[in-house]
Amino acid sequence: MTDYTYTLLIPLIPLVFFLFIGLTGHKMKPIVSGLIGTMGLGIGAILSYITAFNYFILNHAAETGYHSIKAFDITWLHLTDKLTINLGILIDPISVMMLVVITTVSLMVHIYSLGYMKGDPGFYRFFSFLSLFSFSMLGLVLATNIFQMYIFWELVGVSSFLLIGYYYEKPSAVAASKKAFIVTRFADLGFLIGILMLSFNTGTFDFQTLVDPAGPALATKGAAAFMGMSVLTWSMIFIFMGGAGKSAMFPLHIWLPDAMEGPTPVSALIHAATMVVAGVYLVARLFPVYSLGAPDALHVVAWVGGISSLFAAVIACTQTDIKRVLAYSTMSQIGYMMLSLGVSGYGGEEGLGFMASNFHLFTHAMFKALLFLGAGAVIHAVHSNDMKDMGGLRKYLPITHITFLIACITIAGIPPFSAFFSKDEILVAAFHSNKILFAIEYFVAGLTAFYMFRLYYNIFWGKNTHYHHTPHEAPKVMTIPLMILAFGAIFAGFLPFNEWVTSDGMGLEKHTVWAIAIPSVLIGVAGILLATLFYKSETAIPDRLAGTFKNLYKWAYHKFYIDEVYLFVTKKIIFQYISAPIAWFDRHIVDGTMNGIAGVTQYVSYHIRGLQSGKLHQYAYVFVSGVVILVIIFVAFM
Amino acid sequence: MFEQITFFVIAAIILVFSVLTVTSRKILRSAVYLLFVLIATAVLYFMLNYNFLAAVQLTVYAGGIVVLIIFSILLTSHISERAVMAPLKQSLLSALATLAGATLVLMVILGFNFVPNTTPVADQTIREIGLALVSYQRDGFALPFEVISILLLAAMIGAIVVAKKEKLILPGKKEMIENTENNSEQ
Amino acid sequence: MIQNVPLSYVLIVSTLMFFIGIYGFLTRRNLITMLMSVELILNSVNINFVAFNRYLYPQAFQGHFFAMIVIAIAAAEAAVAIAIIINIYRNFRSIDVENVDQMKF
Repeated sequence: MTDYTYTLLIPLIPLVFFLFIGLTGHKMKPIVSGLIGTMGLGIGAILSYITAFNYFILNHAAETGYHSIKAFDITWLHLTDKLTINLGILIDPISVMMLVVITTVSLMVHIYSLGYMKGDPGFYRFFSFLSLFSFSMLGLVLATNIFQMYIFWELVGVSSFLLIGYYYEKPSAVAASKKAFIVTRFADLGFLIGILMLSFNTGTFDFQTLVDPAGPALATKGAAAFMGMSVLTWSMIFIFMGGAGKSAMFPLHIWLPDAMEGPTPVSALIHAATMVVAGVYLVARLFPVYSLGAPDALHVVAWVGGISSLFAAVIACTQTDIKRVLAYSTMSQIGYMMLSLGVSGYGGEEGLGFMASNFHLFTHAMFKALLFLGAGAVIHAVHSNDMKDMGGLRKYLPITHITFLIACITIAGIPPFSAFFSKDEILVAAFHSNKILFAIEYFVAGLTAFYMFRLYYNIFWGKNTHYHHTPHEAPKVMTIPLMILAFGAIFAGFLPFNEWVTSDGMGLEKHTVWAIAIPSVLIGVAGILLATLFYKSETAIPDRLAGTFKNLYKWAYHKFYIDEVYLFVTKKIIFQYISAPIAWFDRHIVDGTMNGIAGVTQYVSYHIRGLQSGKLHQYAYVFVSGVVILVIIFVAFM
Repeated sequence: MFEQITFFVIAAIILVFSVLTVTSRKILRSAVYLLFVLIATAVLYFMLNYNFLAAVQLTVYAGGIVVLIIFSILLTSHISERAVMAPLKQSLLSALATLAGATLVLMVILGFNFVPNTTPVADQTIREIGLALVSYQRDGFALPFEVISILLLAAMIGAIVVAKKEKLILPGKKEMIENTENNSEQ
Repeated sequence: MIQNVPLSYVLIVSTLMFFIGIYGFLTRRNLITMLMSVELILNSVNINFVAFNRYLYPQAFQGHFFAMIVIAIAAAEAAVAIAIIINIYRNFRSIDVENVDQMKF
C-alpha cells in the first residue's frame, strides 16, 4: 500500500506561499512574488501527477476496484464521543482527479497572470489571493469529512470574494463580490442545515462511514418522514442547496455573471474550472448516500441541472459581453454535470452518469479555462469586453485564434476532441433514465454549439472593425498556457475514465452507443452551421430574427429578469419590513439604553457634585455623622 | 470620700468650662475658659498620680498653647468683637450628631464591666520616665521619642515657612516669581 | 483614687468632653475657636489613655507616654495651624471659615 502522506504538501505549500507573499510581497519586486506563487503551484502540480500515477496506474487496483484511502487524519476538535471534527486527506478516484484538474488549471492561470497582470499595482496581492484560493480548493477536495469540507467551502467563498473584488476601486466590482459572497453564503445556510441534520441522524461526519452501503447512514433511510420525504432526503436536499449556490444553479445563479468583474485569470480559475464545480464535487462525494438513500433528492438534482442548462443556454444566445457569454456557458455545462449525476444509478452499468459527470468535469475544466484565458488575451489586445468592439481579430491574434477555435469545436462536441466523449456519455445516461431530460439536453447541445460559434465569429470574423491601435498578440507567457490547455482539450478524451472514476470503484465497460452519438454530433454541426450563416460575415439576419421574436429576445437579453425579482424581494420586502424595524430597535432601544445609562449618570453626578462644596463644616459634619451611623450599624446588627 | 468630692468638682469644672468654651461669644473669653479646662485636666492627672504628665500638661498646654492662641486672637481680630454664631439649622444638626455619638459611646462604656487592677505599684519617678524615654529595650520608647522630635522639627520649619511675610526666594527663581507676580497683578 | 472613683466615671467625663469638642468644631465659625475645640478633643483622648493606664494596667507606661506624645503633637499642630490662620488672615482680612471654600467642584 503506497504511502500518500506526501499529498499533505499539495495544499500546504500554497498556504505557506499565500502567507509569505501576502505579508512580504510589498517589499519584493512584483515578478518575484509571481514566480514564488507559480513555483508553489508547480510543485503541487508535479506532486498531483505523481499521486495520480501512483493511485491509478501503479496500484493495479483495477481488478479489485479503486478504494478510498485516508492518507492523513488528525483529530482537531474532540467535543463529545460522537461529535469529533477531524482534519485529514482522503485519496479517492474523484479527489485525485480533482487534484490534477485544480493544480494544472491553477498553474496555467498563474503563468498566464504573470503576463496579464503585469504592471498592475496590486500584483503581489493577486498572487497571494490565488495561492489562498488554491489552498482552499485543494483542501476542499481532499477533505475526509463533511465538516472539513464545509470549512474549506467557506474559505473558497472568501477567496472568491477577495478575487472578484480585486479591483476594489470599481464600485461594480465591489458590488459583484458582495453579491457573490452573500448568495453563496445564503446557500451555505442550507448546506449547514443539511450537514447538521445528516450528522445528527447518522452520528458521524466522516465520508467513508457515510457512503459505506452497510454503514449507519443508509440504514436510516427509511426513518422518520416529514411531508412525505425521509429525514435523509431532506438533509440531502439541503446539502444540495449549498452545492447549487456554489455551482450557480438556477435560481442561485445570479452571482456568476456579475463575478466576471474580476480579472480574467480569476474567471478562468474560479468561475470556470474549479470553484463552480465544487457543488458537483459535493454531490459526487456523497453520491452513494444520494443514490441509495435519497433517490428523491437525486431527482431534484437532475431537474435543477437540466433547467439551469437550458436557462443559461438561452440567455447566452443574446449576450454581447464575451465574458458573460462564457459565464452562462459555464452555468449550462455545470447543469450538464448535475443532470448526469442526477440520472445516474449506483454500481456497474447503472453508474454511467456518475462517470460521465466527472469526465465532463475534467474536460470542461480544460476547455473552459482555455476559453476564458483566450478571451482574456482578446480583452488584453482590444481593451474592451464587448463583442461590438471586436471583429476580424484572426489577423492580429493568430495563436489566440487557433486555440479559441479548438475550444469552441470541443465544446460543440465534435469528435475526436475531448468533450464529445464526455458529453456523449451524459446523453446516453440521460436517455436511459428520463426522456424529457434527454430531450432538453439534446436541444441545449445544439444551442451550445450555436452561441459558442456566434461568439467565435463575432470576435475573429465578422465586420472589419477599425481599431485605435493595432491589437497585438499576447506575449508568450500568456500564449503558452493557451497551447498547453488546447493540448489537454484535444487529447483528454482518451483518458480511460471508465476504468478509473466510477461510482463504486469498479471499472465500467466502455462502448459507444452510435444511436446517440451520431445525432449529438449532427446537432452540434447544425448549430455551427447556423452560427456561420448568421455571424461569419456581417449580415442582417440576427437583427431580423431578434425583431420577429421580440419578446423572447427581450426576456433572454435581460436574463429573464431574475435579478430584478431578487432586488424587489430584498429591497422592498426584506429591507423595509424586517431590516428596518430591527435597525430601529437597535438604534433606539439598545443604543438608547446605553445612552440612557450615560445620561442618568451625568444627571446624578451633576446633582451630587454639590457635596463638594468646599465648606469645612459640611465635610466635618458628614464625617462625624458617617462614623456614628456606621457604629450604630455595627453595634446594632452585629 | 475626699477623693470623690474632689473628683466631682474637677469633673464639673471641666464640663462646664468646656461647654462655655464652645458657646461663648467673645473669643478671648473662650480662650480663658479653655485655660481653665486644661488646668483642671492637669489636676485630674495629679489625682491619678501622674505627676510628671501633669507638669508637662501645665507647661505645654496651658502655658504654651493657650498663650499662642491668645496671641493669634489678638493678631487677627478685635478684642471686643462678638463672634457670629452658627445658624440654627447647623447647630441643631450638629447637636443631633453629637448627642447620638455621645449616647452610643456612653452605652458602650456603661455596659462594660471594668475590673480595676488593684496591685499596688510604685509611683513613677522622673528618673524612670527619662530612662524609659531613651531606652531601646523592649519596654523603651526611644522610637516614638525620635519620631516626635522629627515631627517637631518639621512643624517648626513648616510654621516658619507658612507664616513668612515675603516669599521665600531660592536662588534662580527670582525672575520666575517676579513674572508670576506681574501676571497675577494683571 | 482607684478605690473610690470607678473607671467609668472618668471615662464619662472624657467622652462628654470629646463630644463637646466635636460640637464646637462643627458649630463655630472662627478658625481659632475651631482650633480650641480640637484641643478639647485631644485633651479628652489624653484623659482616656491615662485613665486606662492607671486603672487597668498600672505597671505599664504605654498610656502615659502616649499621652505625652499626644501633648507634643498637639503643640506642634497648634503652631502650624496658627501659622496657616495668620496666612489666611493676610489674604482674606478675616478668619471666618466660610471664606476658605475655594476647593470645590
